[in-house]
Amino acid sequence: MQEPGRQAVVDIALQGEAVAQPSLAPGARVLAKLHLTDAIFRHLTRAAAITVLIILGGTIVSLIQGSIPTLSTFGLNFLVGERWNPVTEQFGALAPIYGTLVTSLIAMAIAVPLGLLIALFLTELCPPWLRRPIGIAIELLAGIPSIIYGIWGLFVFAPFLQRTLQPALIDTFGDIPLLSALFAGPPYGIGMLTAGLILAIMVLPFVTSISRDVFEAVPPVLKEAAYGLGCTTWEVVRNVVLPYTRVGVIGGVMLGLGRALGETMAVTFVIGNAHRISASLLAPGTTISATIANEFTEAVGDLYTSALITLGLILFVITFVVLAAARALLARIERRIG
Amino acid sequence: MIDLYARRRLRNRIVLGLSFAATGLGLGWLVLILGALIVKGASGLSLQVFTEMTPPPGADGGLLNPIIGSLIMTGLAVAFGTPVGILAGTYMAEYGRYTRLTYVVRFINDILLSAPSIVIGLFIYEIMVAPMGHFSGLAGAVALAVLVVPVVVRTTEDMLLLVPRELREAASAMGMPRAYVIGKVSYRAARAGIVTGILLAIARISGETAPLLFTALNNQFFSANLNAPMASLPAVIFQFALSPYEDWQKLAWTGALIITLAVLALSIIARALTASRRTA
Repeated sequence: MQEPGRQAVVDIALQGEAVAQPSLAPGARVLAKLHLTDAIFRHLTRAAAITVLIILGGTIVSLIQGSIPTLSTFGLNFLVGERWNPVTEQFGALAPIYGTLVTSLIAMAIAVPLGLLIALFLTELCPPWLRRPIGIAIELLAGIPSIIYGIWGLFVFAPFLQRTLQPALIDTFGDIPLLSALFAGPPYGIGMLTAGLILAIMVLPFVTSISRDVFEAVPPVLKEAAYGLGCTTWEVVRNVVLPYTRVGVIGGVMLGLGRALGETMAVTFVIGNAHRISASLLAPGTTISATIANEFTEAVGDLYTSALITLGLILFVITFVVLAAARALLARIERRIG
Repeated sequence: MIDLYARRRLRNRIVLGLSFAATGLGLGWLVLILGALIVKGASGLSLQVFTEMTPPPGADGGLLNPIIGSLIMTGLAVAFGTPVGILAGTYMAEYGRYTRLTYVVRFINDILLSAPSIVIGLFIYEIMVAPMGHFSGLAGAVALAVLVVPVVVRTTEDMLLLVPRELREAASAMGMPRAYVIGKVSYRAARAGIVTGILLAIARISGETAPLLFTALNNQFFSANLNAPMASLPAVIFQFALSPYEDWQKLAWTGALIITLAVLALSIIARALTASRRTA
């Protein structure tokens, strides 16, 4: 007793098998081809990922290789020598290192409080509809190329400082024992202070946007609880928001510091390029990156070129450490947020 | 008691006032810089700028050769850097999402993202300019490409991670090999984001000066030869702005205005692309 329908199904199945039999070979071929494409693509993407590591490795290796003449001539004295004389081939990196650290410190001393205050404004005070436009405007500040800051700093900002802020600083602190050394000398306009101020404007967006992001990640319940106790906005920020976001804020600050240390063009325009260490912030100085930018193409002789490459190596090592620390801190807070 | 209350209120007022002032200051800088650029640069903006070569001091001229040079090097840098960046980002988000390699690459890439660009210039000088014995446009393009890679890697990975897993699973369930799932599903879903990353990378490199100074150097004359020094807008601005000649300084301001407008336009388009996707 066979149902007609069932018969048909078996028939079709048999037919199907008959049909499938000869086409199995091409099917396998297609499958193999797909498999091959997949394997090729997978290895291609893996190779690209490894390329990123090679770029970093290559940078370090080539910088070390370029530094060998300097290091074999001066050894570690290169780090502490103050003299920089291309004619007698005497090179020491202390002045550029000092300039880099001082300008970056000035920049951070200004940009960190400002950035935190702007982040506070954006997260606690600003009406919601205004938040995005202001956030974008601050981030556009980050997008402006550094050479624009340089040309603006040289032609607009430095003359302005020369007329206003610098004479005021000299007059105010001229009679105070320690501070008078810090603000001694004529107001050149250009110099360490100007470079630090320009850097502050440049790193401000980085500090601001990261602080804002971590401030926004504070659970509203925590803030509401504090407000419910009668805290003022400032007390909430000080006692709840800042402790909660401390790690993230430090990460953002370090990221900004990494930028400030390596910034080249803006500083080159306004630092004055003088290889000396002066106590006065108003005096011209130099930074590692400005020295390289100014002198590299004019460097004659292997030792001079090598000395500049060694400066690059020092800069790279410093920024690498700072940025790695920043990323490690930020990764920690990212994990906590989820 | 009243005293304490008043003091707390006063302190709060002061901090909030400072916070307003800081925001005003931040926005003020943007206005000041853009204003100075427009005032000093717009007067020099004319057709001549786009049709004539850089002049010797005291003569009339434009910025044609640096503009062309910048376009060539930026174009090549994107052509070299983007495929590497997208493929690496693909590995990190798709094939090797949880591997140790991905973790390391992500960390290194984030560092490269803010590494000083002048050091990248030194690196390319060491591996290309020094062995070849001369500066070249090609070396400039490679230096810029090295700056493109981290930006594209980061955005590609981020955007691919946002693609819902269900989309991939559905495609895999139909028997698609992984490469096809990525090509036909993941890339399509993340397209706007990846394009944004490329635009941001272009914005980043179009104003870069430091890595070009000792790779592409500069060129007073028109040259499309990749094997010879090539002019670029930022390098010409650097040279002209620091020169004592007034007409050169004026051209530098005009060039600065052109770069800034291009960069701002790119970043605003990039933002609009992701914003429209977020609302959709």
